[in-house]
This record gives sequence, structure tokens and C-alpha cells, in this order.
Amino acid sequence: MSEGLAPQKGPLPEESAEAPPATVAARLALFQRAGGILTPLATAIVAFLIGGIVVAATGHNPYVAYWDIIKGAGLNWLAHPWQTNTAATDAYNMSQTLLQTTTLILTGLAVAFAFRCGLFNIGGQGQYFVGLFCANWVGVSFVNMTRPAHVVLGIAVAAAAGAAWAAIAGFLKATVGAHEVITTIMLNWVAYWLGQYLFVQGGPLQAAANKPLDVPISGTVAHSAQLPVFWGDPLLQGLHIGFFIAIACLVVFWVLLNRTTLGYEVKAVGFNPAAAAYGGIGVRKNYIRAMAISGAFAGLAGGLDMLGYLFKFGTSDVQASSIGFLGIAVALLGRNSALGTGLAAFLFGALLYGTTHGLQAGVINPSLAGHLTEMIQGLVVLFVGADVLVLYLWNARRRLRRRRLADEVGEAAA
Amino acid sequence: MDAPIVLELQGITKRFPGIVADDHVDFDLRRGEVHALLGENGAGKSTLMNILYGLYRADEGEILVNGKRITFASARDAIANGIGMVHQHFMLIPVMTVAENIVLANEPTAAGLLLDYKAAVERVRQLSARFGLAVNPEAKVENISVGQEQRVEILKALYRGADILILDEPTAVLTPQEASELFEIINSLKAEGKSIIFISHKLNEVLEIADRITVLRRGKKVDTVLRQGATEAGLARMMVGREVLLRVDKTPAVPGDVLLEIDDLQVEDDRGLPAVRGVSFEVRAGEILGIAGVEGNGQSELVEAIAGLRKPAGGRIRLAGREAVYGNTRKMFDSGLGYIPEDRQRRGLVLEFTIAENIALHDYRLPPDSKWGWLFPGRLVARARQLIKEFDVRGGGPSTRAAALSGGNQQKLVAAREVARDPKVLVAAQPTRGLDVGAIEFLHRRLVEERDEGRAILLVSLELDEVLSLSDRILVFYEGRIAGRHGAAASEEEIGLEMLGARASEAA
Repeated sequence: MSEGLAPQKGPLPEESAEAPPATVAARLALFQRAGGILTPLATAIVAFLIGGIVVAATGHNPYVAYWDIIKGAGLNWLAHPWQTNTAATDAYNMSQTLLQTTTLILTGLAVAFAFRCGLFNIGGQGQYFVGLFCANWVGVSFVNMTRPAHVVLGIAVAAAAGAAWAAIAGFLKATVGAHEVITTIMLNWVAYWLGQYLFVQGGPLQAAANKPLDVPISGTVAHSAQLPVFWGDPLLQGLHIGFFIAIACLVVFWVLLNRTTLGYEVKAVGFNPAAAAYGGIGVRKNYIRAMAISGAFAGLAGGLDMLGYLFKFGTSDVQASSIGFLGIAVALLGRNSALGTGLAAFLFGALLYGTTHGLQAGVINPSLAGHLTEMIQGLVVLFVGADVLVLYLWNARRRLRRRRLADEVGEAAA
Repeated sequence: MDAPIVLELQGITKRFPGIVADDHVDFDLRRGEVHALLGENGAGKSTLMNILYGLYRADEGEILVNGKRITFASARDAIANGIGMVHQHFMLIPVMTVAENIVLANEPTAAGLLLDYKAAVERVRQLSARFGLAVNPEAKVENISVGQEQRVEILKALYRGADILILDEPTAVLTPQEASELFEIINSLKAEGKSIIFISHKLNEVLEIADRITVLRRGKKVDTVLRQGATEAGLARMMVGREVLLRVDKTPAVPGDVLLEIDDLQVEDDRGLPAVRGVSFEVRAGEILGIAGVEGNGQSELVEAIAGLRKPAGGRIRLAGREAVYGNTRKMFDSGLGYIPEDRQRRGLVLEFTIAENIALHDYRLPPDSKWGWLFPGRLVARARQLIKEFDVRGGGPSTRAAALSGGNQQKLVAAREVARDPKVLVAAQPTRGLDVGAIEFLHRRLVEERDEGRAILLVSLELDEVLSLSDRILVFYEGRIAGRHGAAASEEEIGLEMLGARASEAA
């Protein structure tokens, strides 16, 4: 055979599909594609630094502000994790941070899973809403059910509703080629107005008991449908077992993608639909299925929130909710991986709770504090999306330097 | 030859991380000569020319143009120094005319601002007359042939004042007739005192056109030889570093049962225009049927229809006695189809997948790869390890991403997967496109072995040499129809004419 053929040490630049990166920027890009830990870390740090500059610009001390956020998020509890009594502020704050983390893990996975199939699911918010509405309906109705059954039914219906909602976008993509970004955004608004309709005075889910008072709020989820609280006081919004469901979902996400034929198909379609079709994989089927699984994660988030600590919802809550959108930043920062999504969810959970509840007005203006999370969220999305720009600037700088060098050499030769 | 040296590259070295693409390469070019740069893919030819054309910067070494030391920071500098390059892929704007394309970026103007179109046409006419490059300056580029597009590219370089022309694999896209016309053009350019660097990995054409030949192997210059006295076998040995079997050894075919039957097949292309217009043929067990033709004459659509990836507009496909079903590619593969797609990177492989995952592309959902939807990555790796060895895939193990492999090894990977499934019918579309001599030799021998195993093989190739040397029977495609049917002993001349449609009316 070809024993005589000189052994190839590695792909050579001109014959390889993907030449060894010739520039620092290309190596950086390769590293990013490989899911390096460095870039998400750098992204987060730079986002926090810029946030700090903004705090300083408003005349407050950024160090004090960030330290207060850390304390507000209960991160100082990690110094003595054996003291679990939530009567202590730091333990309580941590339980609240983990409550936010639970939701963010799931809305993050909703974006990450679709992404692995090459789809950008912007509809996490809408899918979260329908899960939440359905959980409320199940929790308020069927009051005669026993506890475990009622809880399981509520969760299952919420996940199924989210799946169905997202599958609409997958179906439109598969059949008429409608872009999922557009359709999921539109579905978000449908879910938003659906919520307005459901909870408004006289709406189908507005509580009968509220009606004389004219309050646009739903009924309260029956005790039999409420998730057990394992850390803290159930009356003071303790941490419910949904937290473990979210952690389990991280595992499910990883296993689905790496240990099942379903995940193999999802990734093949995400990387290269033409090759997937050649391999006999139904590309359209996978678009619908991946969206449905994504939607199930987001719907589950809504269900757990409703049955775990919200218990009721009103039209003003619909207007204020944006946790589904935060899932986009979580998935982007987490590089659409299971572990990354978990860590990013914890970071944003801490930030969300630390800025909205932990800060004192003297340290930082409360209205600014709440916006700090949104700002850092925005910066993360911007930086992750700005990879291309950064690489371009890097290359432009190199080109400029090369040209200048060439001019000098040219002059010297002349 | 005593003509003055117009270009000299001295000790050019270019390193990429982990690899030396060019290692102290010397090269010189005389006025009015054709100097061929010969080497396998990855030998460093393109890197060297990209340095000369100002696209890369050498780590070491000097470039001298007419004895003067020059540093290029960009292609613009190279053009200013009289160097022009015609790339493998043409860079023309289809909706503009030939003249507009040629004068682009350096237009003759009227009133300082407007394009003086008449002057442009006139200048192009003069240039084409002087160098014997017949083109219609007022034709739109989208309406002219590939061979003519190449002439436009050459004219563009000449228009910009090139005295040194780099032609990068110029015959890769041409029919044999167009190639010989190109050689006439090259000769007239020589006569006008232009110097030409001719990059190729095809031995026969280098021997036909070049005055001197420089061979590169793995980034190093092996030697520069005169055409006189050079032989194909000698050049091949220099390129590969060992003896190479240039001819495919094969015994006459022993055809068996009909395994692939195409009956009055009609297929449309992506735009909904007819691409295959009523084609009928059959392929028997133990024979290689070759399909020759210029790119874009319906071959791709035919192959995709056989694989169930494209819906036929009419006619029938029977594979191993079963009717083909559109949209059920999986069923086609399960009925005994093996298919090496023409584009290994876009279709044949998921580049981000590992070798092991790519090998499982058809079988991931069957035992032993998986059971009840549960995948066993360990088993994928074990099977990959075995196939890597059998097909001599180099450059990585089962967990290496396919993207990290060289083109030749990617193709071996695709071939390994398709052959290992023990297909009854093997469709090989452009199986050696862009590969080097060593990999081509391997794949050709393997195809003949598979034929001898009793598979029916349908070979589609744009390389007429390949079709001629491998096939037991040959069909010529022209505009979606069969323009000629031949036995193993077909004449290259005749097939070349049929590829251009010269006899299409008779055959139809």
C-alpha cells in the first residue's frame, strides 16, 4: 500500500478543510468554537467592569455596590454553608438566589437545546408564560387530587404546553420555512396578550373571590399542587424541590445530546443539515422536535415558578416578567453546554436577586440597581455577539501594522 | 535559455503553527518562459504563490522582480510590480459585461467620472487581438462559457499590466478541447514576452506546456528540471517520493445481474429547470459505469435523485430490484446503496463531528451503535478504529474532528463509511476531486477492488482521464441527456467532442 508515503504530521494549510490557525485571532476563534472557558469568563468580567464604571459615573462607589450585591445574593453564605437556618440573612438570600437560578437554568436550556439544532429560540418568554398559565389553571382546578398526583399533573401540563407553543415555531420553520426568530418573537406577544386576557377582570383565570374587588389576579394554587419546600419557610418563599428538577434537567440535557440517537440527530442537523439529510436524518422532523424539547424546558420553568412560590399571577405580573429573555444571555454565556448553562444561571440568579433585593438605597440608587442586571445581561449578549467584530478589529490592526512595516522596508530598500 | 530572469524567489520560508508550509524554497522565472510548479496538495505551491501575490508574508526569504528587491504588503503591490494571478475560482461579476469586468477598478473615464464604455470595449478588443484571446467584450459574463471566463481573467491581468502571470490549476475547470485552446493562448503569451508560472498537479499537461518544471514536496523544493528529458514516472516519483502506479491495473469486467436501473429519468435542478431530461441506463454487478461530462450537465441531479435526495420529475429508479422513493434516503441506503457525494465537506461529512460519529452517519440508529434510542459512543469508537486502519485514514484517531483532516483523508473517511456498509450499488461522485496522487491511487485501486467484489459501481467524474482509466463502459452527459455510449476502449477525442455537445443531436 502506501507505506512509502511520507507520514503526514498534520494537515497542511492548503489541503486542509480547516487550516491550522495562522493568526492569534484565528487561534482565539478556534478556541471559542471549541468552547474554551476563557472567553465566557472574560466576557463576564468585562461586563462587570463596565457595569462598575457606570456605577462610578453615577457618583457611587462600585466596590461597595458590588460587595452589597454579593451580600444581597447571599454569596457570603458560602463561607459557612453548614449554617442553613434561613433566619440568617445570608442563608435566606442564598435560598432566594437559588430560586432564581432554578428558573434561569430551565429558560437557559430552552435556548441552548434549540441552538444545538441550529435554531435560535427567542421564544423562551412566551413558552414560560404558557407553562405558567397552565400550571395555574391545573393548580387552581382539580382541588380534590392528592398531593403528589396534583403536583405531577401541574408540572407535566406546564411542560407540555411550553412544548406545544414552541413546536408551532418549529412546525412553521419545517413546513413553510418561516424563520424561528420571527415566529418565536410573535408567539411571545401572543402569550403576553393571552396572559392579559386570562387574568383581567372577568377573565377565564381571574379568581372568583377577587371579582367584587376588581383585582386582575388569578386564584391561588391549591396546597395539594404546591411543590414541597426543602429550604426555608414555605410562607416566606422558601426554596422548593423544583431546584432539583432543574439540576436534573441539566443532566437530561447532557444525556440527550451525548448519549442518545435523538441528540445525534439534533447535533447533525445543527452542524450541517445537508449532511444530515444525506445520512437519512429528517431535518424537518428535527426542527419541530428540537423546538418542542426547548419549549418543554421553558414551560417547565413556568410551571415550577407557579407551583413553587408564585401560586398566583396577575396582569401586572405578566407585564413585569422577563426571566424568559434572560435565558438567552444565560445560554450564550454558558456556550450552550449543560455545565456552562448551570453556572451562568447561578451567576445571573445571584445578580438578579442581589441587585433587586439586597442593595441599600444609600449605597446605590435602587432604580439604578435593578437596571444593573439588565445592563450586564445586555453587555453579555453584546460581547458574545461581538466576537466577529473583535476578530475583525484584531485583523485590521495586524494588516495596518504589516503595511507600515512593508513601507519601511520598501523605503529602506529604495 | 539565456533570456533575462524577471523574477526570483530566494529561500522563501513560511511557517504555520505546527507546520512549515514552505521551507527555503528557491524559484526563478525567465522572460518568455513557462515555468511549472508541480506538487501534491499541501506541498506548498499555493502558499508560495500567495506570498508572491502579496496575500501572505514570508517569514524568511527575498522576492526580486527584475533584479530589484521587493516587499509586497498586498495584492495591489504585486499588481503594481507586473504580477497577475488567475485563481482557480474566477472572480468575475456575472451581470456585467466582459469589458466592464476587465477594466473594473481601473476604468477609462469620460468627463472624469463616467465610465467610457466605448474606450473600454476598444481597449479589450486590442488586447484580445494582440494575445489571441478571442472574447466578445460586450457579452455578459453570465452568458459565456467557463473557458471564456478564464480568458477574461487572463485579459484582466494583462490589462493591469502584468508581465508575469500566475495560473493556479488552470485546466481543472476545462474540457480537453478548452485546455488545448488555453495552451495555444499560453504559447502566444510567451511569444509576446510574458512569463508564466503554471501551477498544476497533472503530469501530462505540465510536460506538454512547461519549459522548466519545479517540483515541491512537503514544503521543500525537490528539483527544477527541463521539460526535455522529463518523464511522467520520474516527475511522479519526485512529487510523491516513491514509485507511483499511474495506470490502474484491472482485469476485464465480468458483469452480473442488473443492480441499478434508470428508466427515462427526468430531474429538475434547484431553479426548477430540467437538468436530467429522460435518461435510461443500467449498471450491472461487477462493472464500473463511468459518466463523463462537463460540470453542470445534470450529473449532480442524477446522483441526488438516485440517493433519494432530489425528487424526480418523471421516470423510474430501481436499485437492487426495489423502486426508489423520494425523500426516503434512509431506505435507499438500507436497500444496498453506497454513495460518495461529490462535496465531502458540505454533504458527505459533518465536519464538527468526530471521525467515529461521522462513520456512524447511516447506522447510528441501528444496533450495535444504539439500542432503543440509546447511543453507545464506545462502540462507535471501536468501529472507527478498525476502519481508520483498513482505509489508512491519517491525521487523527476516532475522536478527532473530521474538520481537522486533510481533504484526502476526509475522502478516505467517506469512502470507508460507504464501502464498509457492504453496498450492492456504489455511487461515487467525483471521488478524487482535489486529491493528490497518493490518495487518488488508493481510491482508484479500491474502486476496482469493490467492482471485483461484485458491486455495481456508478462513477461520475469531471476528470476524463479518471473515467477512461476506471470505467468498463462510459456514458457522456450533455445538457441532461446521454450524448454518447462507449465501451472501455473509447477514444478521448470522441468523448471530448461529445462533452461539448458536438454530436448531441445524433445520439439523441
